[in-house]
Parts: sequence; C-alpha cells; structure tokens
Amino acid sequence: MSKTVAVIDYGMGNLHSVESALRKAGADRVVVTDMPDAILSADRVVFPGVGAIRDCISEFKRLGCDETLRAVIEAGTPVLGICVGMQSLMTRSEENGGVACLDWLQGPVTRFPQDHRDTAGAKLKVPHMGWNRVRQISAHPMWNGIDDNAYFYFVHSFFVPADQCDSVVATFEYGLEGASAVAQGNVFATQFHPEKSHDNGVKLLSNFLDWDGSC
Amino acid sequence: MALAKRIIPCLDVDQGRVVKGVNFVGIRDAGDPVEIARRYNDAGADEITFLDITASHEQRDTTYRTVEQIASEVFIPLTVGGGVRAVSDIRTLLNAGADKVSINTAAIFNPELVKEAAERFGSQCIVVAMDVKDLGDGSGRYELFTHGGRKETGLEAVAWARKMAEFGAGEILLTSMDRDGTKDGYDLGITRAISDAVDIPVIASGGVGTLDHLVDGFSEGAADAVLAASIFHFGTYTVGEAKDHLARAGIHVRR
Repeated sequence: MSKTVAVIDYGMGNLHSVESALRKAGADRVVVTDMPDAILSADRVVFPGVGAIRDCISEFKRLGCDETLRAVIEAGTPVLGICVGMQSLMTRSEENGGVACLDWLQGPVTRFPQDHRDTAGAKLKVPHMGWNRVRQISAHPMWNGIDDNAYFYFVHSFFVPADQCDSVVATFEYGLEGASAVAQGNVFATQFHPEKSHDNGVKLLSNFLDWDGSC
Repeated sequence: MALAKRIIPCLDVDQGRVVKGVNFVGIRDAGDPVEIARRYNDAGADEITFLDITASHEQRDTTYRTVEQIASEVFIPLTVGGGVRAVSDIRTLLNAGADKVSINTAAIFNPELVKEAAERFGSQCIVVAMDVKDLGDGSGRYELFTHGGRKETGLEAVAWARKMAEFGAGEILLTSMDRDGTKDGYDLGITRAISDAVDIPVIASGGVGTLDHLVDGFSEGAADAVLAASIFHFGTYTVGEAKDHLARAGIHVRR
C-alpha cells in the first residue's frame, strides 16, 4: 500500500535527516509541512523536535499544530514522536524553568542530576550523548525485527524517569533508568533518534510504516 | 555503564573534496566525501566529523551541497566544523543536514556566539573545538591557539572549557596541536584535566597512531569519544579493528 508520511514542520530545525531516513525505510511520499490538511490526510505522522522545549511547545501551539495533532491522534493515525517531540507529548517538563507540555502521555520530564555518577562513582556526562542500549520492556509491533538491547543514538539532557510514567515500553540505563520509548494507542515516541541510528533506526521507521496503530 | 564510547573518523574537506587522501581498498573516488562517509557508516563508525577547510567563504555553497548529500545517505550523526563565524552559518549547516556544528576560532573572538547558538538551536548541536598547546615552560599550563597552532590567545585551556560549557556548548572537541600529526598518541594529561573539569562530553583529538592510543584516550584521558583521521584513511586500521581492540581492553563500544 502506498503511504504518505507527514513530518510536522514547526520551524524548530533540520528535518532533512528524518525525511531521508523515512525514504530509506520505504516511505512512498514524505511531506514536511505545518499545513493541517496535509497532516490530517497523511497515513502516518511524525512529530520531531530538537532544541529547547519552551520554544518547541510555543511554536507548535502558535502554528495550531497542537489542534491538528489532537485530530490526528483521535482519528487513529499512527504517530511517531522523536526526542523533544516525545517530551512534548508528556505532561510537563522541568526545562526552561518548567513548561506545561501537551499531556497526551502522563509523566514528567526531568533533568539528569548535577554531578551525575554511575553506581561505581564514575562521572556521567550530560547531555547523554551517543549510542546506548534500548531495553524493550513491553512487546510492541514497533520492535519487530529489532533485537532487545539494540543500540540507538541518543542526545538529550532531559528525560522521562522510567518509574514515573505508565506508558514506558523501553528503557535506557545511564546511572538511572529513563524512558527510551513510550507508547499509548496509536502514539509511539522515542527519546533516541531513529533517523540517526543506522540500520536499527531505519528498521524502526520501516516498522512505523507497517504499523496500523494498534498494539 | 551502557553508553558506548564513540569512534569518530574525521574528514578534511576542501571545496567539496576530501584532502589528505583516503586509502581504502576498492574505493572508487578517494576524494568524494559522500562515498567515504558512506564507507565509514558501513564500517561501524559512531559519528562522522567533517572539517571544512575551504579558504573562501564564498565557496561554501559546495560545502552545503556536500553536507546535504551525506545527510541524505548516512544515518549516523554528522558534525560539521570549519569557518563557522555567525549564527547564520550554523543555521545554514543545520538546515543542510548537519546534526552538530563545531565552532572554533569564532568562539574565541566572540564567545557570545556560543551562548546565542545554544539558546537558539539547543546545546545538543553546538560543539566547541579547542586547539591547545602545552606552553612548555614547566608550569603545566595549556593555552588555546588559533591558525593551526601558530597564534597564541593567552586563554588557559581548562578555564576556557568550563566557560564554554557554561555558555551552553554541548560537547568539546579537544585537539592537541603538539601531538597533531605526530602519531605519538593523544595528550592524555590535558584531555583528562578537561574531561574532569566539565560535565559535557569531551572528544580527544590529535596524535593517534596506534589502537592502544585509542584505549589510552578513554582509560587515561577519560574521553567520551575519540577522533581519528589518518589511521583510518590510510587503511592502517579499520573502524571494526579499532572497536575489537577497545573491547578487548575493556572499553565499552557499539559493535
């Protein structure tokens, strides 16, 4: 089946990689847009995000993308949130002095602690930047063909604590346990960047194209 | 700890062509950064750094096209540095597909650029490159240099790293100008001093000649990532061999 993917463009940076990786994963058509009609008529919707969350949320709302995304989710269209896109779907973030998020998934976004260390006392750098293992804690069609504990690329300073959100389907370990991915109904969102995660990332995007939005 | 230590091959690119040469078996065009980036991607590199040494600012369009091509085909993070002077340069590179932009000289002359860029684009995409030299006067003091190590700035390296981290840099690319090109190994002392002084990741660069040097960069230098050019370009070692060697030494790498 021919599929059109809309990548929501709300002016927060480069979406070139997301678009290219979706094409590599087999998307027939990728539109990068903020136009409600184009987003609503797409077969799949990607909600990317980079940068500071306050700016992301305020631009997203200013362009009316929050209402469009609500309609998309309610229509049952599969949605993939990436990085700050995932964080924006949560209840609230500590970043920028505290920002109310879209609250599609319930749970907080907090910062890695100052002077963050592992259990052996070794210093852990923030941002959490690089390739980390993704532990799948719940089965999901998005994991098809991806090994448990496979490596994905992360870069972030804020995270969803794994024990403070009921929607966590995968975790990462970095001196603590954070959410690698959250899912609820037709929404799936990753803290890591599938578009930067080589073969595993392309596979995840290919699963997204195949996923009908049910679990 | 689950986060893997990173290996980052670095390409020097002049007007869209890789310089200093790359010697891969079976490569069609050793000067084509897109093909070389693809090779490194396939070989298991964790990221790629692209240093643009194009002298003329007017010829940057070639650079942007190259970045676009690499970003369309290579699905690992791409850092682009060289000649970044203004917020508009950073925006253009990010829009072309760079994931991170490395700021070197401009950070020295205009530190506010780092702050402004981090606020606008996020710390995750702002790398501050530091070219440092041991003053060699027995004081143990390292300073920042510009112009390929020829001009001193009077800025002390550790304090500068702290300041850049405070200003919002997401990562530091630390190059020892004393070691660069020597194959004597990274300058481990300054690498560790800076890595210990800041909370952000530090990439060690300059001087790698053997696989043990990579091990040392992580274990003694406390680096979070290592950058290497010639050992990979000339086929001395593959990225896979480097990772095997690191794993045997107990360093956690992605394989």
